Amino acid sequence: MQIYVCVKHVPDTAARITILENNRIDDRVTFIMNPYDENAVEEAVRIKNESGDAEIIAVSLGSQAAEATLRSALAMGADRGILIKTDDNPDSLVTAAALKAAIESDGGPGIIFTGKESIDSEGFQTMYRLAAGLGIPATSNVISLSLEQDKAVVECDGEGGAREVIEMSLPCIIGAGKSLNKPTYPTLPAIMQARKKEIAQIDLADLKIDKPAGRVEILELKPAVEKRRPTELTGTPQEVAAEIVRILKEEARVLPG
Amino acid sequence: MQNIGILIETRNAEIKKTNFGVITAARGDGRELYAFSLDSLPEDQKDLLQAYGVHRIVEVQSGNAPIDYNPVSWSQAVIQAVVYFGIDSLLGLAGLQGQNLLPRIAAGLNAPLVMDCSAVDLDGHRVEKSQFSGRTIATLKTEGPYHIYGIRPNAVEATPAAVEADSLSFQVDIKADNLTVKAIKPGDSSSIDLSEADIIISGGRGMGNSENFRILFACAEKIGAAVGASRVAVDEGWVPHTMQVGQTGKTVSPKVYMACGISGSVQHFAGMKTAALIIAVNKDREAAIMKKCDYFVAADLFEVIPALTARLETVFY
Repeated sequence: MQIYVCVKHVPDTAARITILENNRIDDRVTFIMNPYDENAVEEAVRIKNESGDAEIIAVSLGSQAAEATLRSALAMGADRGILIKTDDNPDSLVTAAALKAAIESDGGPGIIFTGKESIDSEGFQTMYRLAAGLGIPATSNVISLSLEQDKAVVECDGEGGAREVIEMSLPCIIGAGKSLNKPTYPTLPAIMQARKKEIAQIDLADLKIDKPAGRVEILELKPAVEKRRPTELTGTPQEVAAEIVRILKEEARVLPG
Repeated sequence: MQNIGILIETRNAEIKKTNFGVITAARGDGRELYAFSLDSLPEDQKDLLQAYGVHRIVEVQSGNAPIDYNPVSWSQAVIQAVVYFGIDSLLGLAGLQGQNLLPRIAAGLNAPLVMDCSAVDLDGHRVEKSQFSGRTIATLKTEGPYHIYGIRPNAVEATPAAVEADSLSFQVDIKADNLTVKAIKPGDSSSIDLSEADIIISGGRGMGNSENFRILFACAEKIGAAVGASRVAVDEGWVPHTMQVGQTGKTVSPKVYMACGISGSVQHFAGMKTAALIIAVNKDREAAIMKKCDYFVAADLFEVIPALTARLETVFY
């Protein structure tokens, strides 16, 4: 079975974001593998270990720098990587079309993993677009997975703390949530080994994907400005409590006056 | 005439009140507002939709009956309604249900989708949303045959604007053979949904253990607040992940967010920075949150919160 894991190279959440030309970020900051994609790789490795006979292929769309994230996936246990190279910042319609083309030209997926969202553009949608393109089912926000002969049974987070138990035919796409597993950090020998694993490189243009019918364009990117001016509440706990109640009533108006 | 669709979410046969903010955001001159509901709506709920400006209330059904919940069949049903009624833009809530349905609808229609919008301009098909864990605000323009937008719950304040609505049912054919909903395990029905709550009281590292969260629940109960948590509290196993607010948890926009023993990391802020009012209680006056809130109390939460709970009793009795 071929297991594909889609991973994204994203700026570290702790990195200071600087905006260039009002529409993109300065990429001279630390980048990491999108955190939910770590859960996706981890789960792929677990499935491989259970099934015994499987190959894990990590796929990423991004600049040459995204090779580092593919290396991280290889160090976590993926067998080889595919880098779809672009210096643009494609929207999820293009991304899904590119992933579909790369996966289809590489082999036949038994199962595909992604993270439930990327923490940079926060789109929540690429897995569903990829699934629609491939004509296979998908579920995201997945917190548990078990594979049976020809189906996957998953649990995913639903409204109001509910859990939905979903059965999908295989192949299918799993959008990994954070509680799916705890990613294990690679050992030094695994990191060394990952350097020798193969990463195939394709230019996005060479995939010759059709221009999608829809498009999302970034018109402007600006820093989020913190406008709050903190006021200290002082006094005994009782005095502070009384003041908070006044604020809840008079300023926030969430309590009956 | 621009036809705007609103995907209505209900719970226990009631329209979630966050829908009315979405309807408010959708209104405008020369627009016909369609409310699409997969559940049947009692008359009093239809009246509410009229009161907020919906012109046509459409119950989307199959075989003259509501369609059993299945994200694939529900999305197919909405897609058919969007196409049939010539909808230009479809708006929904960007909560968990929206995360499950809106991308499926967008994928099926090959339409652009922006999730978690904080503002929408439906004439220009421009929206605003935060990216990079709340550190940037992006203005995005969508192009395509249809436009789909997930609105952050509570991002737009609901204001009534009554119109006369007509009510109809729309029958669809659906087929979901590769995905089946086997069961829904209910959550704790007594707890208030974080993304719906007007007031959230959250605990972080300063809570110290699972047991201590009881003082937050006791306080929350007095004012109908939901209880949230920071990543630390979840990672320590004190509370379940469903309570986590932040980058890797839920994104919330309550009227009041009270952070207790939370230092206020960038990741936590990503999930709650759009709260209308932030009150921080922390022993450490150097904690990051104390500089990014509206009110702060540099004191022991174990003294302040019980005092607040006691004070709140006197408000209602």
